[in-house]
Amino acid sequence: MLRRRIIPCLDVSGGRVVKGVEFVNLRDCGEPVDAALRYADQGADELCWLNITAGDEAWDELLTQVADAGTRIDVPLTVGGGVSDEPHVRNLLGAGADKVSINSAALDRPELVTECADRHGSQCIVVAIDARRTASGWEAVASGGRRTTGRDAVEWAQQAVERGAGELLVTSMDSDGTQRGYALGLYERLLAAVDVPIIASGGASSPEDIADVLALGVSAALAASIFHDGLHTVEEVKQTCRKRNLPMR
Amino acid sequence: MTTVTVVDYGGGNVRSLCAALERCGAEVTVSSDPAVVSSSDRLMLAGQGAAGATMRALDTTGLAEALREATARRIPLLGVCVGLQVLFEHSEEDDCVCLGLLPGSINRIDGAERLPHLGWNDVEPLAEHPLTVDLPTVAYFAHSYAVAADVPSALAVTHIDAATIASVVGGGPVAGVQFHPERSSAGGRQFLQRFLVWDGNA
Repeated sequence: MLRRRIIPCLDVSGGRVVKGVEFVNLRDCGEPVDAALRYADQGADELCWLNITAGDEAWDELLTQVADAGTRIDVPLTVGGGVSDEPHVRNLLGAGADKVSINSAALDRPELVTECADRHGSQCIVVAIDARRTASGWEAVASGGRRTTGRDAVEWAQQAVERGAGELLVTSMDSDGTQRGYALGLYERLLAAVDVPIIASGGASSPEDIADVLALGVSAALAASIFHDGLHTVEEVKQTCRKRNLPMR
Repeated sequence: MTTVTVVDYGGGNVRSLCAALERCGAEVTVSSDPAVVSSSDRLMLAGQGAAGATMRALDTTGLAEALREATARRIPLLGVCVGLQVLFEHSEEDDCVCLGLLPGSINRIDGAERLPHLGWNDVEPLAEHPLTVDLPTVAYFAHSYAVAADVPSALAVTHIDAATIASVVGGGPVAGVQFHPERSSAGGRQFLQRFLVWDGNA
């Protein structure tokens, strides 16, 4: 049986792991490759590396670090953050990423998803969606939440899948870093709307929160703070999920 | 030290595979030269991406012919993921003719609730074979196309909801795994070590 995945997320800025609340007030949480190896040892099913520094210099450093991480870890690695064209995707895959996630650039130019999926296969193209609660549902926001789009997050999810996305990484911006639990209503809507795997992100405060969102039927849960702060190990989270009869590795 | 040539047709991430093979103690050569490939002692064919693009690259570079020559000499060849898929005769993905080293065809997985099949799943051995001795019990998969579990070369199967696929195949010196051993933790490493000592016989 296909197992549900636990994915520790490394938000990397200036070559260091950082963590903020609702994408601001960043705190330093150590070396990314060390953190990746530590989480892989704890039983992480996959690692997500989000580059949150802009600029060409940061991009070169990212490729170097991803190449280092990619050859030293033996679980899958998803890399994203600032991916804006097909050569970015190609270079990250070449460096050792197993999947690449595309966020704002896909909203600005949805054909990019198709170009990347046609060339590299849908299985390595993740579309990341940052969603913010509105009166009637959820809106997809761009540029780390700094830019509104007026587009419905669930409709955008459907369009991204039609364009070739093989997986969706959906972050609830209202919950992110707050440790108030995942936005379950958002994931219920997404699960009904698309037939690709969904990674839920934003709001985990406890192993129970992670079990709650996995029990809805999402394929994976991504979390940062609860792991970086040493509050819980990946294995502790998995034990809680197993008690809820969720299939875990 | 065991030597292995990883075929580089320009279509995928061979770095993590090479690193995994080196962690197993192998001496790894990455080559896109048909002469090097056809005279190798042990071969691996890996990659991401679609079957059509993979076959176009293998055909136009002469690597397809080099792989046929090597396996005709009974050199062990292991395909990983799309590298397994192109060992067969045909793929529904891009409707392309493949290497034809194993009988059967690749089709889109029918019966899964969600595709791609992404994540860790069981690998259940079907047949006794040197390559099924050290199979990982769970391994990492990332694909939407697969070969059916009833092909004659099936050595292990994996269930995805209502679908069953062949996750390990082997016929003569030609073998393949649908999962990614380089991303399947300790179990993947154990499997690669087994491949590195396999003589190409059942």
